Amino acid sequence: MSWLDIGTIDEIPVRGARIVKTVLGCVAIFRTAENEVFATSDRCPHKGGPLSEGIVHGRKVTCPLHNWVFSLENGEAQGDDDGQIETYEVKIEAGRLLLNSEELQARSAA
Amino acid sequence: MKKKLIVIGAGMASGRALEHLIDADKDAYDITLFNAEPRGNYNRIMLSPVLSGDKEFQEIVTHDAAWYEENGVTCRFGEQVVSIDRDRKVVVGQNAEVAYDKLLIATGSAPFIIPVPGKNLPGVIAYRDLEDTNAMIDASAAPQAKAVVIGGGLLGLEAAAGLKARGMDVTVVHLMGHLMERQLDEAAGYLLRRALEDKGIEIKCNASTSAILGEDKVEAVLLDDKSVIPADLVVMAVGIRPETRLATDAAIEVERGITVNDAMQTSDPDILAVGECVEHRKQLFGLVAPLYDQAKVVAKTLLKEDAVFAPKEVATKLKVTGCDLFSTGDFAEGETREDIVFRDPARGVYKRLVLEGNQLVGAVMYGDTADGNWFFGLIKDKTDISEMRETLIFGPAFQGGASLDPMAAVAALPLDAEICGCNGVCKGQIVDAINAGATDLGAVRSTTKASASCGTCSGLVEQVLATTLGDDFVLPTAQPVCGCTELTHEDVRRLIKSKSLKSQPAVWQELGWSTPNGCHTCRPALNYYLLADWPLEYADDPQSRFVNERKHANIQKDGTYSVVPRMWGGMTTPDELRAIADAADKFNVPTVHVTGGQRIDLLGVKGEDLPAIWADLNQAGMVSGHAYSKGLRTVKTCVGKDHCRFGTQDSTGLGIKLEKHLWGSWTPHKLKLGVSGCPRNCAEATCKDIGIVCVDSGYEISVAGAAGMEVKQTEFLCKVTTEEEAIEIISAFTQLYRENGKYLDRIFKWVAKVGLEWCIEKVVDNIDNRKALAERFEISQSVYRDDPWAKLSTVKEAPKFGPLANLTLEAAE
Repeated sequence: MSWLDIGTIDEIPVRGARIVKTVLGCVAIFRTAENEVFATSDRCPHKGGPLSEGIVHGRKVTCPLHNWVFSLENGEAQGDDDGQIETYEVKIEAGRLLLNSEELQARSAA
Repeated sequence: MKKKLIVIGAGMASGRALEHLIDADKDAYDITLFNAEPRGNYNRIMLSPVLSGDKEFQEIVTHDAAWYEENGVTCRFGEQVVSIDRDRKVVVGQNAEVAYDKLLIATGSAPFIIPVPGKNLPGVIAYRDLEDTNAMIDASAAPQAKAVVIGGGLLGLEAAAGLKARGMDVTVVHLMGHLMERQLDEAAGYLLRRALEDKGIEIKCNASTSAILGEDKVEAVLLDDKSVIPADLVVMAVGIRPETRLATDAAIEVERGITVNDAMQTSDPDILAVGECVEHRKQLFGLVAPLYDQAKVVAKTLLKEDAVFAPKEVATKLKVTGCDLFSTGDFAEGETREDIVFRDPARGVYKRLVLEGNQLVGAVMYGDTADGNWFFGLIKDKTDISEMRETLIFGPAFQGGASLDPMAAVAALPLDAEICGCNGVCKGQIVDAINAGATDLGAVRSTTKASASCGTCSGLVEQVLATTLGDDFVLPTAQPVCGCTELTHEDVRRLIKSKSLKSQPAVWQELGWSTPNGCHTCRPALNYYLLADWPLEYADDPQSRFVNERKHANIQKDGTYSVVPRMWGGMTTPDELRAIADAADKFNVPTVHVTGGQRIDLLGVKGEDLPAIWADLNQAGMVSGHAYSKGLRTVKTCVGKDHCRFGTQDSTGLGIKLEKHLWGSWTPHKLKLGVSGCPRNCAEATCKDIGIVCVDSGYEISVAGAAGMEVKQTEFLCKVTTEEEAIEIISAFTQLYRENGKYLDRIFKWVAKVGLEWCIEKVVDNIDNRKALAERFEISQSVYRDDPWAKLSTVKEAPKFGPLANLTLEAAE
């Protein structure tokens, strides 16, 4: 398994997100109030809204365009909406944020 | 010929007695009222909110000169009574003698001044009337002023909290081992002390004052332990004693107070007494509820009806925001008594119930007082509590296993249960008012005064309405803010203020949010409410803002943004236009559009380019147009009298002034203004949130228009003659909206709820209130009249608009 160093948690606002650009589109890296980090695709399956610009609450994010809510843990749309976003493994080691690159490559195969 | 009634003293008890008398029979007496204070009657228990700045004096006036005049009462305000001559049946005033058939003494009480050296120095005051309150407010105006409050009882602590709220250094000196020892036990006293200390008030218990030091005015307080506390103001709040001098001089029977029988008659049957000056069966009265009961009896006795005053249990509440306490009954320990105590230190909650046999005899609560009235009822009614003893401390919701419907609880209350503590209104009076035709909260409030003072009982009054009217009552649809809470926007706004909640975590914790940190619906609302209420103390939270406000640009459907620079009052210059054109070229802006608010919109800017385009526009002297904000957007204008042959005033100039005054302010929803130079109304000012139409003789201000999903013409607010007045009224109106509006209610929706009349009263008729609102607006603007583009396009902030990492480059390598 290979991990890509993408920065430090301090560069992401608490209850906020930043994006990582990849050849296959943007990945959103979220930081919760509890300083947990999650990585998902940045596109809302509804109308393509940038999830990294949404409001982060608990372990969920709300899309800024039409208020769809997604779980950051499993990527499922919440409530009455039906949809799924990709989630990726991300971890903190020695203060650095590491993103699982194999998963990103699997993304290209999908 | 009508009989003559003289009333001495215009306090709360006499005011209420006159009301009952006049309601029952307007023509029974010719009434003359003497009052040493040069004014009518006000709600003395609300002086604390006046001191702390939460209320204006005008708001607590209950009977002004006009009320007395309407009701045929001859007022001798500012005239002291010298003596009562019972033989001739006259009252001797400073200016004249007046004859009576019946006399009512309502002289109240005088503060007790402890006899220490220095007690007469200037700067030593009691806390009793408006003059004292004003003296305290004046003293607090000096920079770094210090106050010592002697007495840690109800009144002393309210004074201390009020002075602290006005910025003074405050020390409370209390003789006893814990605060409010007559109402609280030690544990509750400790929690109260901690809460006051958290507010920055210093508390010294077991401290006895031995002298007040100073030459020409007060300088310090010397305690028995030789410590010296510097002071510019000393407030004595150690107690009151009945004011009985007139009665004693007239040889009426007096013990500690003027003794009265059950009909409120003194030893002279033609002379009655009411209020804090009386003693009834060896008991004195300081709280308002029994005084109001006495007032009823007085009115009946004067009308020769039978009535008996029987004192009831009373409960105490402290009017200091952020200190919730409740105390009633007797909580002293005793061999036959048992305690049930509940503590939750983390929440700062403490409850203690004292039982004797199968009855509850006392209750003290701190931190969570929601069930206070229910316990009070159990004590008063001597309810047998043996069946519910195990769960008693958890309150009415936990009795009988299932949670009790709050409606059922209200329905079960007896008619004499007090609903409104401030105005002493019981359930029966509210039910009477409803049966007489009051069908909503406003009507009940205006006819009974229930919920008209502090308003904390509004919910209870509505429940009485609901249980009385049944299906006829349409409870205002109270939608909770979101799924994270059951509270409505209005409740949250009120609680943020009354509990002094100054951060989002404080709101989530104190108001019992069901989610760890809210959601996309409640967080922006909370962020706004906190920012509007505590502009200097609350730190804005960008993560609780919708993306537009976080990025200070409008997100478009494809994830790009639009950028709108401000054009003050719709004016621009060739240089500005060139800068906008250059920016459009440089950042490949695909669409340039003129907005409906007289500005230029650059659509299709990439998120990461935002700081750079802002920096360029800033360079040309332009700032953010807040075209994305729940805040001031534009002030649309016509060209006014400089160019137009019909223009009557400089409408463009006024528009610019207004925009420069209001820009940057956050409001519950977007705010758009228009200024037209004549009634032809080329700026379409009469469909804006606030519109001004200039006419020859001045400026017509109207509000609550809309031209969005709903289209609505503005309603006339007022007309003024100068630009300065127009700007002040618009600032005050905006602030009123900021302080009271529900998040995401445009002005027209908000005005429909509160009523235009109410707004007119607050910002047009009441000039002091208008100035206070405008001042609070200015305080908020001292923080927020600021260009966010300049802040975010700095070297430190700008990189945050780009990606955290760019793996496309790595792949290319």
